[in-house]
This record gives sequence, structure tokens and C-alpha cells, in this order.
Amino acid sequence: MIDRVLDLGVAEIAGRHPSLAGFLAGLGAWDDDPEQPFAGWLAAVEDARLFDMGMERAQVTAHVGALLRQVTQWQNAPAPVIHALCVRGGRDKAGRPETLDLILRPGDVVCLVGPTGAGKSRLLADIECLAQGDTPSGRHVLVNGAPPDPALRFASPRTLIAQVSQTMSFVVDLGVGAFITMHAECRMVPDVEARVREVIACANALAGEPFTPETALTQLSGGQSRALMIADTALLSASPVVLIDEIENAGIDRQKALDLLVARDKIVLISTHDPLLALLGGRRLVIQQGAVAAVIETSERERTCLAALAQVDQGLMGLRERLRHGGRIEALPAWPAPP
Amino acid sequence: MRLIIVAGPPSVGKTSVIVRTAAVLGQGGPRVGVLKFDALATDDDTVYRAAGLPVVAGLSGSLCPDHFFVSNIDDGLAWGKGQGFDFLIAESAGLCNRCSPHLHGVLGVCVVDALSGVHTPRKIGPMLRLADVVVITKGDIVSQAEREVFAYNVRLANPRAAVLFFNGITGQGAGDLAFHARLAQPQDSLEGRRLRFSMPSAVCPYCVGETTVGREHQRGAVRKMSFETPAGESA
Ligand SMILES: Nc1nc2c(ncn2[C@@H]2O[C@H](COP(=O)(O)OP(=O)(O)OP(=O)(O)O)[C@@H](O)[C@H]2O)c(=O)[nH]1
Ligand SMILES: [Mg+2]
Repeated sequence: MIDRVLDLGVAEIAGRHPSLAGFLAGLGAWDDDPEQPFAGWLAAVEDARLFDMGMERAQVTAHVGALLRQVTQWQNAPAPVIHALCVRGGRDKAGRPETLDLILRPGDVVCLVGPTGAGKSRLLADIECLAQGDTPSGRHVLVNGAPPDPALRFASPRTLIAQVSQTMSFVVDLGVGAFITMHAECRMVPDVEARVREVIACANALAGEPFTPETALTQLSGGQSRALMIADTALLSASPVVLIDEIENAGIDRQKALDLLVARDKIVLISTHDPLLALLGGRRLVIQQGAVAAVIETSERERTCLAALAQVDQGLMGLRERLRHGGRIEALPAWPAPP
Repeated sequence: MRLIIVAGPPSVGKTSVIVRTAAVLGQGGPRVGVLKFDALATDDDTVYRAAGLPVVAGLSGSLCPDHFFVSNIDDGLAWGKGQGFDFLIAESAGLCNRCSPHLHGVLGVCVVDALSGVHTPRKIGPMLRLADVVVITKGDIVSQAEREVFAYNVRLANPRAAVLFFNGITGQGAGDLAFHARLAQPQDSLEGRRLRFSMPSAVCPYCVGETTVGREHQRGAVRKMSFETPAGESA
């Protein structure tokens, strides 16, 4: 395959294989003569120019071959389908056995609660690396009921868990539209433009204050960034598991954010102590001393409380709006009676 | 003894990655030692010692750090063998993006930092392009989308390498890098080994001590830029 590709004109290669276009342009082959067969260009170009690119002649051919194989593999490899992730207990920090047989399925929302240092990160790291008794916790993670295929475990880069946290920000110096387009292109989705519009519309539905595709990423407010991160993760990330870390103060619609992720069949893990978020989940894992000490199913009574809490939350939001518009708080909304 | 060469631009997290990975490699008994190469000054040796890792640090001073690395790596290997290490990890300075310390037959790791911008992988050159493993640090402070675009660009720049994310602060990812380190070839000597990419052969007047600016001082291998008048402007 590689020989046939090398005999094509430079512009034609770039047209057929967009992922190679950047490389060919970087070599300068494009500027020299876009119509010339690449093999001919490579044979004729002076050593010094290749050297400036940090490559020897044979390395250029090998690189193009490897790139083509890589891209074909990306296009043909199906995303791993996960029906169930099972976490089997290991041991806590004192070496005592952990009783745990947790099954996570697409659409599950599970909260992690416990003091800082209790072992939340360890649990997430175990899931992320599909631990096989070889991490400090000794846990085992099964994929669809069996130990993971090494090809999945050591996939490169492994992207089982997508993460959205309060400490993350956008650092790239681009507009929202341009960057999300770049992300969509590298995910090789069919209709890039439509997908980008969808991501931005979703993000605007989650954040109060709207932004446009032209807004610079680095100028987004905290709430807008978090909203964009969640919309992008739901609609463009390949990861089947999404971890959300401390977004209670981000100023976004939490219920809508979870609905969006659940609708995309993500397994959602939330590290939080916010009662509203915690009760939105189906289960809570109580983490103590490096082990899961209890799994609490959200009860019917808790769901009733959630409805009241949501009303309180709405009430508080209304008060914030009032302040924002220069109003006074001399009357309170009707708080719900405790159920 | 297995040798691992770790390169990467300044402050990307090479030392953090090595310390965390060495802790995993050393579990259950194997001995891990470190060689640190830098240009002018380094505190890394104190960091390694504090982590309980035996270390020798070398400063290239007035020499090109990458040339200095190649001239000393074989002696470093002999030192490590003499110490009875199971793993020897060499941290190299990687200052100019033009050179690369990677040797044929020796596990080459390049560390890059997700904060440095999504286009950086294209600019790093042979140090990244010819590595066996590319480690991406500082993913904990950028968005998921930027991590994914960054990793994609790394794989376009080096389609052969294993690519992994590493949090140098928590050590997440150390298990994966240790997995690759355990697969490194045992090395007896590096005598006769080849660099994966040759270093610049030219020595310009300023390499050998010239300090004066100006055409008449520039004898030997000198390359001049061409300065053209931008289109549409008159000279
Ligand atoms: N947030 C974050 N910080 C990191 C990470 N990895 C390293 N750092 C920090 O980055 C700084 C530089 O890390 P080092 O490990 O000293 O980097 P280095 O590449 O060895 O630096 P030089 O040897 O001086 O070139 C330190 O303050 C680390 O704590 C990471 O994954 N996330
Ligand atoms: Mg260092």
C-alpha cells in the first residue's frame, strides 16, 4: 500500500489522507510542487533539507508507512463496547480485605463520597488502568465479565475515563469553534460541522450566559468552560466512563449535564459532597481508609428529599439572579416543607 | 541491567515521572539507579536522593548537552552495572529539540507536557519522533478535549510509539511506564551502538569561542538567512 501511496502526487496524497497533509506541508514537499509524485520529490530533495526536518530519507518513508497504518487502524478499529465494568474488592490501607463486587453499566450515575485522602483517586486510577491485582489496592477490574484483553489494557493511549474537574481549564489559544472542530477532526466523526454546532448548542444550554463559536476559549467563564467540557465529553469523547470532580460551584445546570451524559450511555462517576448531585446518582460509594466501606442505594425517601432540595436550589438561584440585577432580598421564595 | 533513556524539554516533569516509576519498579526488591545529564545546573540529584534513588549528575557546561550525553552514557552504564542495579534510568536535558539522545536497541522515552499547546508535538523533532514511549504529563490541568487532541498529534508525530498519560504529582500512569521499562533490553555495553538520529556535524565559529558579531568573524560552517522585502511593500 505504501508504495502505491508514495507514487501519488503530493496534493493527491494530502487529499486522500488528511492526517498526512500536515506532515507533507511541514516537509516542504507541498510548496515545492503539489503535483509531483512524492517518491520523486523525496529522491531529489537535498539531505540538508531533510535534516532540518529531523529525519533521514529512509525514516521519511518509514514514517509515512507507519502513519498510514495508524490511520487505517483508527478508522477500522471499533470503539470498545462496554456493557459492564465490574470492580472486585482488594484491600484497604491497613491490608484488611475489601468486600466489594460493584457492577457499573452504561447510563449508571454513581457518586463517590469520603474525606480527602480516603482513596477516591485510587479507585478511579484502578478503573482507569483496568487493575488486575497489580496496583496498591489489589483490586481487579473485569470488562464485560472477564479480565480485559491486553490490547485494551495497554491500548495507547488508553482512554477509558474522560475527566472533567474544577482544576482543569482550556489553555489553547483558539476560538471555541476552531478548537472543537479540531477535536471533532481528530475523532474522525463524519459530519464535523454539524457536530461542532451541536456541542456548542449543548454547552450553551448548560451554562447560563451564552457564548459563540468565535469566543476565545481562554475567555470563557468558569461555568461556560465547565459546560463546554461536559458537552464536548458527552458528544465527542470516545471514553465510556466519565469522571466529574467537584463541579458543584461551577454555575451550570447539573441535572441537564447528567442527563446529557446518561443519554450518551456513559458510566458517570461523580466525586462530590453536594447533596443535590449526590442524590441525583443511583448509588453512592462511601470510601474510607482506601477501601469502599459501603454502597448506598439512593432510597425512595431520599428521592423525595431530592425534589425538595431541587426547589431550594431553584430558590437560591432566583435570589442570585435578583442580586445580579441589582435587586434587594427582602422577601424569600416559598421553601418546601420537609418531606 | 535494563537501561531506559528519558528525554524531554525543560520542566515537563521528567524527574517526577522517573521518581514515580522507579517506586513501582523497585517494589519487591529490584534496584533502580539514575543518571542525570543537564547543561548548567540541576537540583534533580537532591530530588532523586530524597526519594532514595542512587544518582550521579553530570553537567555539560560549555559543551552541547546532547553531545555530552553520548560521550558519557557508556561510562554511566558501567557505573550502574558496578552498583548492581536492575534498572538504570538516564534523564537527559533535551534542550534544543534538534537532537535526540535515543539509541538503537535502548528503550527511549520522551516526556511532553499537555500544557505546552496542541501543536507542540509537531515541533519537537527526533526526540519525540524516534521515541519508543511518549509520556504526556500535566493532563490534570487541561481539558479532556485538549488531552485528546494533544495525544492525537503525538501519534501523528510518532505513529510507532506507545503513548501514555502520566500525572507526575499523583503517579497515575507509573504502572504503565513500568510495564514498558520491564520490557527494555538488558544492556551489557553500549560500545558500537548507534544514535537513532545523527547530531549536527557542523561546528560554527561561535562554537569554538568566537564572540564578535559580524560577517568578517564568521568563518567555517555558517548558514545565512535570506531576508526578503514582504510582498506589497516597497524597499
Ligand atoms: N500539575 C502537574 N504538575 C506536574 C506534573 N508533572 C510534573 N509536574 C510539576 O512540574 C514541575 C517540573 O517537574 P520536574 O519533574 O522537575 O520536571 P523536569 O522535566 O525533570 O525538569 P528539568 O529536569 O528541570 O528539565 C514540578 O513542579 C512538578 O511538580 C503533572 O502531571 N501535573
Ligand atoms: Mg528533571
